[in-house]
Amino acid sequence: MGTADRTLGSPRAGSPSSAPRPLGLWVYTLAGILFGIVLTKAEVISWFRIQEMFRFQGFHMFGIFATALPMGILTVQAIKRWGVRTVREEAIVLQPKQWGRGIRYIVGGTIFGLGWALTGACPGPRFALLGGGVGVMIVAIGSALVGTWTYGWLRPRLPH
Amino acid sequence: MHEALSRPWPWYIAGPLIGCFPALLLLLGNKAFGVSSNLRHACAAVFPRGLAHFRYDWRREGAWNLAFALGICLGGAIAGVWFRNPAPVAIAARTQADLAALGIRDFSGLVPGDLFRWGSLLSLRGWAVLGGGGFLVGFGTAYAGGCTSGHGLSGVADLQGPSVLALLGFFAGGVTGTFFLLPFVLGL
Repeated sequence: MGTADRTLGSPRAGSPSSAPRPLGLWVYTLAGILFGIVLTKAEVISWFRIQEMFRFQGFHMFGIFATALPMGILTVQAIKRWGVRTVREEAIVLQPKQWGRGIRYIVGGTIFGLGWALTGACPGPRFALLGGGVGVMIVAIGSALVGTWTYGWLRPRLPH
Repeated sequence: MHEALSRPWPWYIAGPLIGCFPALLLLLGNKAFGVSSNLRHACAAVFPRGLAHFRYDWRREGAWNLAFALGICLGGAIAGVWFRNPAPVAIAARTQADLAALGIRDFSGLVPGDLFRWGSLLSLRGWAVLGGGGFLVGFGTAYAGGCTSGHGLSGVADLQGPSVLALLGFFAGGVTGTFFLLPFVLGL
């Protein structure tokens, strides 16, 4: 981030040391548009590509993971290491995930995977497909809402 | 020009770009990148006084993320309608043969037209795929505390052990679902 971004975040004259104004929501919509384009162009939203992956019959999806994960690690670790701040000069703080007994990650993760295999789309791709003309995806999104609500309902009784 | 932009991207272009998103959202506003939080925000918005899990200020926590999800829809429209790839997805011949054996006929789009159309809601098979699969993803991601983006991308990028475990769970479930659940569901 260069100095041009810094000046964006500096408080206006006459309002010294006030908390930085957060970015407008449209900035996040713009980031989402980019993400939707990349997901679609990468074909990771394709039911066929997900099937090819889970059957270990093609390299495409594994190539995506093998490049996306190192790139994510590299960029996020760089932010942590050098104490990079946001475009509004706020400190960047990452919340660690709680281990608990670890059950939620294994059981919850596996249940998620079963659904991923059926619909061929995790939450992000469902939104991209909905926008991309697969209107019936709204049923999968609505059912996911019911699923999330059901978890909220059962949460006190589930092992974590 | 339009033809060039309508082509899909190879993994070595798309993968690194996808990997940049956790860092991008941290830089924009110290946001933890993860799409499935929106399911929780939506529940909190619709049932504000119900369960403790949904009693929080969803506008404060989640407005940026709902705006992001809206963006994904718009991006999907730009890349999937305006610059739509007219060719079928170039999956392996073996995958195509396996899926054809399970009764999939339409390989023309990003998703099989036989399953992902409104008419399939008239069949048990369609409800099992869309409703059942949708429910499992929503329940699983809430239980695991994140999905492919929140754990798989953000969590792994932050070198979080629980996220690696969740990602392994996603895969174990996916492979099991592909070889055991899907053949049963497509036979309904």
